[in-house]
Amino acid sequence: MKDLVRIAAETRCEVIEMINRAGSGHPGGSLSATDIMVYLFFKEMDQAKDRFILSKGHAAPVFYSILSRQGKIPKGELQKLRTFGSICQGHPDTMFLPLVTVSSGSLGQGLSVANGLAIALRSDGSGGRVYVIVGDGEIQEGQIWEAAMTAPRYKLDNVCLIVDYNGIQLDGFVKDIKPLEPLVAKWKAFGWNAIPADGHDFKSLRSAFNKAKNKKGMPSVIIAKTVKGKGVSFMENACDFHGKAPDKDQTTCALGEIRGCLE
Amino acid sequence: MRSTRDAFGEQLLAIGARRPDVFAVDADLSCSTMTAKFAAKYPERFVNVGCAEQDLMGTAAGLAIGGKCVFASTHSSFATGRPWEQIRTTIAHDNLDVKIAATHAGLTNSVDGYTHHSMEDIALMRVIPNMGVVVPADYFEAKAAVDAITDVKGPFFLRLSRTKTPLIFNERYKLDLKKLSPVLESGTDCLVVACGVMVPEAMAAVSELASAGLRCTVLNASVIKPFDRDTLIKLAKACGAVVTAEEHSIIGGLGSQVCEVLCEEYPVLVKRIGLKDRFTSSGSPEELYKAYGLTKMDISNAIRDVVIRKK
Repeated sequence: MKDLVRIAAETRCEVIEMINRAGSGHPGGSLSATDIMVYLFFKEMDQAKDRFILSKGHAAPVFYSILSRQGKIPKGELQKLRTFGSICQGHPDTMFLPLVTVSSGSLGQGLSVANGLAIALRSDGSGGRVYVIVGDGEIQEGQIWEAAMTAPRYKLDNVCLIVDYNGIQLDGFVKDIKPLEPLVAKWKAFGWNAIPADGHDFKSLRSAFNKAKNKKGMPSVIIAKTVKGKGVSFMENACDFHGKAPDKDQTTCALGEIRGCLE
Repeated sequence: MRSTRDAFGEQLLAIGARRPDVFAVDADLSCSTMTAKFAAKYPERFVNVGCAEQDLMGTAAGLAIGGKCVFASTHSSFATGRPWEQIRTTIAHDNLDVKIAATHAGLTNSVDGYTHHSMEDIALMRVIPNMGVVVPADYFEAKAAVDAITDVKGPFFLRLSRTKTPLIFNERYKLDLKKLSPVLESGTDCLVVACGVMVPEAMAAVSELASAGLRCTVLNASVIKPFDRDTLIKLAKACGAVVTAEEHSIIGGLGSQVCEVLCEEYPVLVKRIGLKDRFTSSGSPEELYKAYGLTKMDISNAIRDVVIRKK
């Protein structure tokens, strides 16, 4: 777990630097999803057979940083985030980076894709699981709830959905724009094994992912309570940093804070 | 007389037998789109997502990512409108092996009214990169089309009709996705380019005009994308005037495709038969075709008009 804390901090630093260099991007929702993605890629997933879908494609910098750490893309590519022809497109794009399961960035589509893929994996007897991360604002999309009804119908216990519940969307607080509560009860009512978790506590995430894996006959959703902009004081719970890049001074300050926590 | 949706249902079943990787997904219309036959025979390879077209396209995409060849089926108005963005962003962009088999296209779901008419679908699908667009002219061509698009990996839109229409081909017919062919050649006074249910109408119009001394060629444009530009240009050069006929809006469909090619390569007079940028009423198919100018007579009049004007 100590390793994960260090990896997450280094990933956060890389993400901040990437977005600063690109001059645009989504630091808030990237930092809120970092611990979940680090846990998935370094503890949870069997990458030989499991599949990952970043339905909230705007957290792409976290994904790219993890891929580079795992040696799947060259580190130098991270510096080309959001530039012409780069494998690190603004949102994950199979045309430029074929190892991406499905292109994403247009919100609300990942869960349907995960369901279809889960049916295919089950049909092939591969034993593979599909992990899909959505944002909380994203689940205001109607298609999410269409897909939410499909997965229990087909008893897709190889689907594990994670809601990055950071409470903030582009225009402000989720609770003010289109409230989601009672969110755990909603997923339960739709026939899901709904598991609340602390999305920044690796022990809590481990317990949640184990509960998800052990549940048979129904899909699981982890409602991961997170903090938008986690790890950088002036980005935490700040609506401004949903889709705004930090400038040079803010970047220096942010990196100092994140590294400071490791000492 | 047989319907192209029946052809689809039967051929899907046949392909299911020889291709264990073929899946079908439907959105609560399987008895209408004819995927129900496949569902009964291969329940483990059939997914019904209920009344949820966005989920239909997303689920189909996921199955294709998992290595399956997927037929996603519903009525054309619902298949192309609501989930257009899912088709564009996920299926087409990622070049996934999803065949959108859309039935009840055009006005063939006539009495249900404009909600169930699909007069914009070719335009909506044609504009998307990677997406193939196939509009069979009869039952046999629809069967051949199902085979042809299954053999090519990647997304296709297959436009099918509800109603029974005249037979043009036979069971030996094979569809060439790269090359269009004339279905009637009586001369070079005018080229008629038609697709779908308008092909037999065009053939009837041209046959009648032959007795009046006008000799024309009918090109069956069953593959609208990728479009066989060379055959069109060759025939347009020979004829010098063109009429297009489609059960679709005159905006964005076959007529537009023909004009796009000819205005760049060999400008000739083109008259388009199609729905003239308006919404439609309930009624019998015959009433609707007459009211909206989609009959044999409308094609004949257009041919006479362009032949006079080209001189």
